[in-house]
Amino acid sequence: MARSSIISPGLRRSLTGITVLVLVFVYVPLTLVVVNSFNIDNTFGFPPPGYTLHWWQVAWESQGARSALWTSVKVAIAATVVALLLGTLAAMALRRTRFFGRNVVSLLIILPIALPGVVTGLAFQNGFRTILGIQLSLWTIVIAHATFCIVTIFNNVQARFQRLGGNFEQASMDLGAGRWTTFRLVTFPMLRSALLAGALLSFGLSFDEIVVTTFTASSQDQTLPIWIFQNLFRPNQAPIVNVVAAVLVIVSAIPIYLAQKLSGSQAEGLTASP
Amino acid sequence: MTATAISLRGLSKHFGQVRAVDELDLDIADGEFFSMLGPSGSGKTTVLRLIAGFEEPTAGTILLGEDDVTRRPPFSRDVNTVFQDYAIFPHMSVVENVEYGLRVKKVGKADRRRRAEEALETVRLASYGARRPHQLSGGQRQRVALARALVNRPKVLLLDEPLGALDLKLRREMQIELKEIQRDVGITFVFVTHDQEEALTMSDRVAVFNEGRIEQLATPVELYEQPASAFVAGFVGTSNLFRGEDARRLVGEDGTFAVRPEKVRLATSAPADTTGLCVAHGVVREVVYLGATTSSVVELDDGPTVTVSHPNTDTSIDAAAERRDQRVVVTWRRDHLVSLGSPTQATSPEEETA
Repeated sequence: MARSSIISPGLRRSLTGITVLVLVFVYVPLTLVVVNSFNIDNTFGFPPPGYTLHWWQVAWESQGARSALWTSVKVAIAATVVALLLGTLAAMALRRTRFFGRNVVSLLIILPIALPGVVTGLAFQNGFRTILGIQLSLWTIVIAHATFCIVTIFNNVQARFQRLGGNFEQASMDLGAGRWTTFRLVTFPMLRSALLAGALLSFGLSFDEIVVTTFTASSQDQTLPIWIFQNLFRPNQAPIVNVVAAVLVIVSAIPIYLAQKLSGSQAEGLTASP
Repeated sequence: MTATAISLRGLSKHFGQVRAVDELDLDIADGEFFSMLGPSGSGKTTVLRLIAGFEEPTAGTILLGEDDVTRRPPFSRDVNTVFQDYAIFPHMSVVENVEYGLRVKKVGKADRRRRAEEALETVRLASYGARRPHQLSGGQRQRVALARALVNRPKVLLLDEPLGALDLKLRREMQIELKEIQRDVGITFVFVTHDQEEALTMSDRVAVFNEGRIEQLATPVELYEQPASAFVAGFVGTSNLFRGEDARRLVGEDGTFAVRPEKVRLATSAPADTTGLCVAHGVVREVVYLGATTSSVVELDDGPTVTVSHPNTDTSIDAAAERRDQRVVVTWRRDHLVSLGSPTQATSPEEETA
């Protein structure tokens, strides 16, 4: 709390006010979605006349929602695995060698997360269909998602490398370990928490992505966000959408929470050296 | 001469335009405590990294005993390194760190644990095996790094300014301890430091580095008493240097001469018998109390200033302080003068190339 003393009391009060306002603005609608998933009234009158678990049961039995959920999980896992491999390798390559244009490559890897999804999606659709002549499928979604999922892994691994410095691997090789043994016993264990945090973020990113997915999914592959979007305006599906949305909030919040916790606690454990 | 542990032949390492190591020839004897001393950027650490295998030389060869290891990766050289920042693996316990080298060499679990415990005993950390690295102090981490290297019984142990991060008292203790450990295990130590006191205290021989070359290679006593160049005279201890006109007036000869501050005497009047002495008159400009000694800076009538150092055997500091701005006579024995070469030689090689 020592830092807050720099800020004048008046400014502190208004900052607190703005922060609360922003949080309310973001989380009240989200809470409403969760509350409505228990609302007995299927036109969502507020306040709810009563609460029920009926919609949750209907949603649970909804074939469309279940298969969409499963598709989303599959895509998120596959995209994360691809991102883990490529992101780690990219971070390692960029650390070891100093070559001309190194920063450019680094920027190009990070860029996809900042690019508008519409552009990325359109570009991928064109790339897959017209240039490569590939049918859209689950795999085209995975590839498209992997481009921005890589960023979370790459950034996490790169930050970890920066904090660790290069001496640990040199020490390992100095003690007689070959390159693979060094990776297995030293590099990987020290990256593990960064990889886990990156993977959880990556899973979260892929799981609720809709824009890029719209362009790269075939008509048969429905991820959960797409399913929600398509069922949003069907009156008899609306209560189920609420349930699914509530689930989506929880499923995406958990990995982010874990990721934050992991990178936080590990920061202390690893930087304890002088 | 005993067997050589390391031979460097024509070793060079260039980083772009910079010649970090320049045509180095060096033999380090088996069982020797060898120090490489020099200012930062003098190439001493690069030589160490070349021996360890972290850098590939631009030219030249590195022999470890009889083996040419010049092109071998670090993990197939029989040397181990104690890093400046220790590089203790943070995700392993102390004993896991120490046994790491044996583990990757597939030594059985019970055997390697026993040897790791022994190594920890050598560095007086017997009960610390289960600790995590972040629970250790700087000095303890330094010992773990030492044990982790020693447990492999390498032919040569390389130490890269290992005491640099420790406070003065601990550093002095570790200097003595390192020397003892080295004597016990009988492994060749190659020690890199920029601290001349450290090098003089521990080493059998010292190589003084400057701009990628060895300025002088000698025992600590020779290095201090007979510095070969103005650079060494100035870097190892402090020296009063006389060159050119000053040398002619004060010494009566052409050349460059050095005399150590503690070998200069300070008196109020010239001694009666001046055979074998150099005598100069001047004014005391500065008196600096340094605890064990006091330094007086005397501005000579003939131009240069001389630093005189004398032990504080009694309360002489009061007398010394009173001498400020007083006229004094300084004398030193001619045989305490070290000639650093005739004027033609005085231009050192690096000045010619510069």
